[in-house]
Amino acid sequence: MPKLTIDGREVEVEAGTTILQAADYLGIEIPRFCYHERLAISGNCRMCLVEVEKSPKPVASCAMPVADGMVVHTDTPQVLKARKGVLEFLLINHPLDCPICDQGGECDLQDEVMAYGADRGRFAENKRAVKDKDYGPLVKPTMTRCIHCTRCIRFITDVAGVPELGGTGRGENLEVGTYVQKVLSSELSGNIIDLCPVGALTSKPYSFAARPWELRKTESIDVFDAVGSNIRVDARANQVMRVLPRTNDDINEEWLGDKSRFAVDGLIRQRLDRPYVRKSGKLEPATWPEAFTVIAAKLKGLSGAKLAAIAGDQADAEAMVALKDLVTQLGSSNLDCRQDGAKLSGPRVSYLFNSTIAGIDQADALLLIGTNPRIEAPVINARIRKRWAAGGFPIAAVGPKTNLTYKHEYLGENASVLSAIADGSHPFAAKLKAAKRPMLIIGQGALARVDGDILLGLARKIAESTGMHSAEWNGFNVLHTAAARVGGLDLGFLPAGGGRDVEGILAGAEKGEVEVVYLLGADEIDMQRLGKAFVIYQGHHGDAGAHRADVILPGAAYTEKNGTYVSTEGRVQRTQLAAFPPGEAKEDWKILRALSEVLGKALPYDTLAEVRTRLAAVNPVFGAVDQIQPAAWGTFGAEGVPAAEPLASPIDNYYMTDPISRASKTMAECTATFVGCAHKRTGTNG
Amino acid sequence: MLRDQDRIFTNLYGMHDWRLKGAQARGDWSGTKEIMAKGRDWIIEEMKTSGLRGRGGAGFPTGLKWSFMPKEVGVRPHYLVVNADEGEPGTCKDRDIMRYDPHKLVEGCLLASFAMGAHAGYIYIRGEFIREAENLQAAIDEAYAAGMIGKNACGSGWAFDLYIHRGGGAYVCGEETALIQSLEGKKGQPRLKPPFPAGVGLYGCPTTVNNVESIACAPTILRRGGAWFAGLGRPKNTGTKVFCISGHVERPCNVEEEMGIPLKELIEKHAGGVRGGWSNLLAIIPGGSSVPVLTKDICDTVLMDFDSLREVRSGLGTAAVIVMDKSTDIVRAITRLSKFYKHESCGQCTPCREGTGWMWRVMERLVTGNATVDEIDMLEDVTRQVEGHTICALGDAAAWPIQGLIRSFRPELERRIREARANARAA
Repeated sequence: MPKLTIDGREVEVEAGTTILQAADYLGIEIPRFCYHERLAISGNCRMCLVEVEKSPKPVASCAMPVADGMVVHTDTPQVLKARKGVLEFLLINHPLDCPICDQGGECDLQDEVMAYGADRGRFAENKRAVKDKDYGPLVKPTMTRCIHCTRCIRFITDVAGVPELGGTGRGENLEVGTYVQKVLSSELSGNIIDLCPVGALTSKPYSFAARPWELRKTESIDVFDAVGSNIRVDARANQVMRVLPRTNDDINEEWLGDKSRFAVDGLIRQRLDRPYVRKSGKLEPATWPEAFTVIAAKLKGLSGAKLAAIAGDQADAEAMVALKDLVTQLGSSNLDCRQDGAKLSGPRVSYLFNSTIAGIDQADALLLIGTNPRIEAPVINARIRKRWAAGGFPIAAVGPKTNLTYKHEYLGENASVLSAIADGSHPFAAKLKAAKRPMLIIGQGALARVDGDILLGLARKIAESTGMHSAEWNGFNVLHTAAARVGGLDLGFLPAGGGRDVEGILAGAEKGEVEVVYLLGADEIDMQRLGKAFVIYQGHHGDAGAHRADVILPGAAYTEKNGTYVSTEGRVQRTQLAAFPPGEAKEDWKILRALSEVLGKALPYDTLAEVRTRLAAVNPVFGAVDQIQPAAWGTFGAEGVPAAEPLASPIDNYYMTDPISRASKTMAECTATFVGCAHKRTGTNG
Repeated sequence: MLRDQDRIFTNLYGMHDWRLKGAQARGDWSGTKEIMAKGRDWIIEEMKTSGLRGRGGAGFPTGLKWSFMPKEVGVRPHYLVVNADEGEPGTCKDRDIMRYDPHKLVEGCLLASFAMGAHAGYIYIRGEFIREAENLQAAIDEAYAAGMIGKNACGSGWAFDLYIHRGGGAYVCGEETALIQSLEGKKGQPRLKPPFPAGVGLYGCPTTVNNVESIACAPTILRRGGAWFAGLGRPKNTGTKVFCISGHVERPCNVEEEMGIPLKELIEKHAGGVRGGWSNLLAIIPGGSSVPVLTKDICDTVLMDFDSLREVRSGLGTAAVIVMDKSTDIVRAITRLSKFYKHESCGQCTPCREGTGWMWRVMERLVTGNATVDEIDMLEDVTRQVEGHTICALGDAAAWPIQGLIRSFRPELERRIREARANARAA
């Protein structure tokens, strides 16, 4: 390992490390704009110039690999002069409109100029101005502010895999933009806002909304998909202003899908802020005691078999365990957390993303079954793309034919090909077998079908016949789309002992065999089929469930409670309260606890800590927060021949999948821009 | 003065047949197989002995450059790339070599490729050189037909293919890594070094990029021996060089001369002297637009080679001698060069992208004197902020002419400012 000296301090680093990385390791700050540790090195901002002894010119430290015996200086007058010079150049054509720039307060250019820049300008000519562009409803470009660091270009091209951004023109006329006027079509486009070191790319929905120093920052996790991306929720007063990704190399690195980032404006629309009770066919505002009394009256003397509960896709584990305990006490075993009817119930290995997301980096062959990870989990898709870009990663897909942003072998949309792969007669089976760490990802598009358990069984056979699981590797992966799903399955929020599943509950309600249905944020079922049943809806948005409800109990959204969620890889994580629930809405487990009291079946926990103790008692995985416990291999799925109908993704509009995103104005704009136009597209707009 | 028998480019003026027959009559393609039989190491050693320094402007020893290529060809093939993107204002030597002596280049490509283990060579030719590309392609076709290159080049058993790639007309694509980018079909922007092309070049493979003249010299050097070439010129500045003399001379021309010839002699002997006599000389840019301008007193005595010109804080560059007599508006002339660099900056890195435009705008004001004396110092400071801080040498090339102007003609700049002030006051 080469040894070098930086500012008189000796350090030994791995060969191939750059000077800048070595300096970072020592805690010596070298300013930079274009360098970003997760992007390709471009070395074009020239901010990180340092002096290297025996080198005639200053050296760009971000791109220069260390060499043994190198002597580097980062604080000589020459280096400081070089930095000052670069900053002066960056500022001559920068509009200096900080007072009206949304980046103000978190702008790298501001910070570096404060630290290394001059206190006055010498530029007496006219400044350059760049015509504004339209990148769609999410990213607001103000390209006059651009310093041409090309981070956005490198992200969109390399990470997001949608080569739509680039530099046109040259010299001082160089402009970053889409080559032809068009909107950015990546589901990860919001990340270029974070990457932009200046205010050239800012958030359109958040524009002129707040200043960073006014915001209260809460570390939390995302629930718009089942990835469990780590986020930071920025709130002012009691309103969530924006959501930013938080670095977690095992999950989302530092990226975040657009829905997770921009759907938060849905948190202030269509909110249920007080209880409602349906009186003579109309929902009327009510008080909490009134609502509880109506429920108690309805449940009085009702046999358990006539009661059912369905948990929604964003329900936290605390609320689910409380609801499960309550419903069980009331004598019912009609419970389900699988609104889409996915044929998953256990063992645990059968419903987890077992390789883990970080494990994708080690995999060397991949089979996608009935999933479009690009819209089901954009961050995971970026990870797959990253692994693919590194080479030696054959990918095949059975299911929807889409642009996944990486090259893959398309095996058709018919599930029958899976049998051929399982018995080794398909050529791709050989590729999986040849791989040391093969993996498959089976999506809800396959599992939520009527023959989902057959497909699950086929996937298990493929895993077994191609050596996907061993002592140190398990490449059998289920990609969930609902943040609550794995938590629900871990809790056993499932029909027990002859109880009804979702399909059974709906069929029972249609026939009048189920009289009371408790919906915990469940909006994705067919409400028509609830028939004449008495529906209790507990949730935070006035969506499908609330419209159908007879009693509405206003709950908290994920930013408004301390909730536990288990991600698709089986990682237990917790959201944190960033803002209080609006109006009279309450945290969900507390509502159930209060209701249980009224019903005379008081749940045995009064504090969050006690609920969590109960969670860990139901399933020990809840005791190990932020950890992944490998699941033992088992037998699961069913034998049989899959149906002939094509495999599809469960999501057709990425931007609207849940009550929050359906209430979001931004997501509605995205739908109109990205999904709407797809339907109207004619032969002339390419 | 160079003796006729020491000339390499014997058809520089196109008076003879440029095709294969004519070239062979002038000695090209003679004994090529025997040279190759002496082996790679011998060729590289001989090139080192000759002391040939790259003729594209930077003057890096060619033999040494060839020796940087990996000794053994690994999984990645080696490539030779010839830089025929001659775009430096004032320079027109490669053009005439390709037009009138293309077989020298083709033969040089074969020998250079053989020496560095490359089976393929690419000539990246400036897009505007339409006739030149035609002649060169004709020469390549002839060479293929005659078995000089191809599967069994000159009967040596070495397979060698040579391709021409026409550029799109960007000056910066003459920078070797930008040229490689452009050749790969990407945007012509220079790459970061390291890695150097000899390690990671065209398509990520070991590559050497050489100027047309450097490569075209090689066959003659190898035939006559490195010692012969080293015997011409001065130590470390050996051999002959094609000088391009343009501007205010009686007979602008390309001429091959010995390195180290006095500038005055070069102009008086070959270009018919400065228009209106040597005393009418104002200044000379000795090596293409990028190098600092020299005043008459330096031009009186300076020798034309890399080291002598460096001693007077200029450079040999491409040896494009731009002569300006006293009728020249020197400020305007340098401003025009500034505008050229502003226009040709690729825009990738900050100092060049922002600095070239700034420098040009200040220069424009200095032409009319619409500036303050302080701004001359500021401009000088800005050029220092650009110089040496960029990815490629275009930043330096933009800075040096202005530095040369301020160094040599500061009184003229100050005079203009004073006069403009006086006029403004009078009005």
